[in-house]
Amino acid sequence: MIRQQTIAGWGNYKPQPCRVTRPHTLEALGRAVACADARTVIARGLGRSYGDAAINPPGHTVETTALNRMRAFDESTGVLCADAGVSLGEVVAHLLPRGWFLPTTPGTRFVTLGGAVAADVHGKNHHRDGSFGKAVKRVELLLADGRVVNASRTENAELFRATLGGMGLAGMITAVELQLRRTETAYCDVTYRRASGLARALELMEQTNADYRHSVAWIDCLARGAALGRCVLMLGNDAAVDDLPEHHRHRPLQPPRRRSKNVPFDFPPCVLGPTTVRAFNKLYYARHGDARKVVDFDTFFYPLDSIGHWNRIYGKRGFIQYQALLPPDQAHDGLVELLEAIGEAQLGSFLAVLKKSGESGEGLMSYMFPGYTLALDLPNTGAPLERLVDKLDHILLNRNGRLYLAKDATTRPDTLAAMYPNLDRLRQVKATYDPNHRFVSAQARRLGIVEDA
Amino acid sequence: MSENVLVLGATSGIGQPVCHKLAARGCALVLAGRRENELQRMADDLKVRYQAAASVATFDAMALDTHKAFIDSAIAQADHQLDGVLLCQGYLPDQQEAQADFAEAKRTIDVNYTSAVSLLEPVAAHMAERRAGWIAVIGSVAGDRGRMSNYLYGSAKAGLSAYLQGLRNRLAHAGVHVLTIKPGPVDTPMTEGVVDTNKPTVATAEQVAADIDKAIRKRKNVLYTPWFWRPIMAVIRTIPEFVFKKMKM
Ligand SMILES: Cc1cc2nc3c(=O)[nH]c(=O)nc-3n(C[C@H](O)[C@H](O)[C@H](O)COP(=O)(O)OP(=O)(O)OC[C@H]3O[C@@H](n4cnc5c(N)ncnc54)[C@H](O)[C@@H]3O)c2cc1C
Ligand SMILES: NC(=O)c1ccc[n+]([C@@H]2O[C@H](COP(=O)([O-])OP(=O)(O)OC[C@H]3O[C@@H](n4cnc5c(N)ncnc54)[C@H](OP(=O)(O)O)[C@@H]3O)[C@@H](O)[C@H]2O)c1
Repeated sequence: MIRQQTIAGWGNYKPQPCRVTRPHTLEALGRAVACADARTVIARGLGRSYGDAAINPPGHTVETTALNRMRAFDESTGVLCADAGVSLGEVVAHLLPRGWFLPTTPGTRFVTLGGAVAADVHGKNHHRDGSFGKAVKRVELLLADGRVVNASRTENAELFRATLGGMGLAGMITAVELQLRRTETAYCDVTYRRASGLARALELMEQTNADYRHSVAWIDCLARGAALGRCVLMLGNDAAVDDLPEHHRHRPLQPPRRRSKNVPFDFPPCVLGPTTVRAFNKLYYARHGDARKVVDFDTFFYPLDSIGHWNRIYGKRGFIQYQALLPPDQAHDGLVELLEAIGEAQLGSFLAVLKKSGESGEGLMSYMFPGYTLALDLPNTGAPLERLVDKLDHILLNRNGRLYLAKDATTRPDTLAAMYPNLDRLRQVKATYDPNHRFVSAQARRLGIVEDA
Repeated sequence: MSENVLVLGATSGIGQPVCHKLAARGCALVLAGRRENELQRMADDLKVRYQAAASVATFDAMALDTHKAFIDSAIAQADHQLDGVLLCQGYLPDQQEAQADFAEAKRTIDVNYTSAVSLLEPVAAHMAERRAGWIAVIGSVAGDRGRMSNYLYGSAKAGLSAYLQGLRNRLAHAGVHVLTIKPGPVDTPMTEGVVDTNKPTVATAEQVAADIDKAIRKRKNVLYTPWFWRPIMAVIRTIPEFVFKKMKM
């Protein structure tokens, strides 16, 4: 069944009317991809990419979430094979109590395995463990011609590289084989360190990264002048059973559940004005002195997941998330320019996260390379937002930086091409496996990744 | 204690989440239905998620004369000790089509009613002999009153409901429990495109499954799910026939 629905990414930025299907069997998925009513299709997981990567207004948008079977799990090696529509949250819910955790995780567990592979997502441990794709041993893909094939480092290797970070353009991922990692507890031992400004923050990250598996900094992006870039670093390692408070030691892998709240409707625009954001940031900065505590994985990795639909606080017009990645030699000056431009625009940013990145991803379009990455939400204010992102893109281009396709909603074809040197190789692989451009998203069209589709 | 449970129509939208509940509390499942592939995928999934024992068996609800042998083999598959049976298969026809084409009407009656009889009688015999067990069957609120918009489906469910009343009465003396489940509209493949799933009265399969699991554990006789269908149907049943027949329902 095809339903007509106006959808967007998580940022709810410029929703568009789409024709959506949600197949319940692999056979039905095959029919959806081959469906003659549509010239093009794109996969949609849980729609947690922020922009237009998982919508396809003129064609069909195929939701994968009803195909969510776990296929096999080896308790001794920790290798899981599961349908692409299985969410990271389901993996955690069932396998963490048995001592296995995700190799790396984005800031929300409402992401499908397919989406995590397609964006080659990264987490707080990127500097140490690399991106999600690194732990992917194999993917099973449904191709444009209806064939189902495996792709790995040894089999259909080019297709594998086009799939990691490839944003669904090479084919529909139907299954993912993933290496999980062992953990003794479901808790992190976290140290908070304040940094009074950007230079200090970068210095602290350099110094501490070798000692902590997880590392991220929350930036008060409205701080100006000498305080520009002031932040709280959150550094963590997996806690051992002995690190836990007495009353948690008997169930180290099953922390008590948190209650979740919901944002029931779109907030009016005034709620997130610069003043509230400033107050929020001040509070955040003041609350966390240098401190150390043991925190459960949920609280540490998924702080926002306890508030359902938090994206609604940005109101009906939505927001974008801007994520910038800079190489080490450009990091300091580039971040100063970005933060100054953001400060001047006075749009306010609820979340600003800074992280040191590790090795480059293996995918042709994988986002990460070594350096620093900054991510922040920007409410949609129309023209002022567009002016700001143009400016930010410009800074990034000048400093050999890069935008993240899982977040992007606004950039232009030439900007993208300058940032992703393997774009042409992706196009070549696509020409082999999808010569008629069956797999296309609104984003691929906007950015000219797929021409004349 | 681990129970052996046979789930008939295991691939159904409502049956699947109930299987998760049962597997989560340690039941060993025989998943039965007509799509072997899908059943195997389900079994694998339950094994990974809950470390549950799960095997598959195939049957066609329309092939009535195969049912006795099928149940015998399913009982063998469950180590000759079936502790529970959940029956989920059902068929919702297009009412107009079923009026015009008796094959459709017959399919409706057979899948919703006749097959329950042919499958559950041998189950009842097995459980009565062991003097233990439970049988849970998904009927529908549609069986509580015949309505112009779906009386073929409704009448089959009504027959099912009366059958289960009798079976419950009989098996009560043998220590076997029978649960009749009457869901209101639920968001499943059966209702896709038929009911507006955005309506607040349309339940999710997970919601209904949680109610069913609880009713099985609590040994309830008749479950309306969600609960508000019990008072609603009580009212609908009391409308006098001379008034009801003039309504368009
Ligand atoms: C609160 C929040 C925090 C986040 N934090 C991080 C973070 O820390 N690090 C990070 O890297 N990302 C982060 N993200 C982004 C998110 O991890 C990615 O956008 C991810 O791709 C979303 O997965 P999804 O299942 O929702 O996919 P969707 O958003 O539905 O789709 C994303 C892309 O994947 C493709 N895709 C999805 N399924 C398949 C499939 N089966 N086969 C082929 N292609 C497919 C789609 O076509 C689309 O191009 C965050 C997002 C949110 C909302
Ligand atoms: N959804 C509702 O609103 C609602 C409301 C009240 C009662 N119910 C009842 O709930 C039960 C489950 O339905 P559902 O909503 O979960 O719908 P569903 O997903 O469509 O399930 C119907 C089930 O019946 C099986 N089935 C149909 N014909 C069969 C046959 N000839 N042989 C073997 N199996 C057959 C189907 O098998 P396949 O999977 O192979 O197709 C499927 O498992 C049914 O009894 C239904 O009448 C549903």
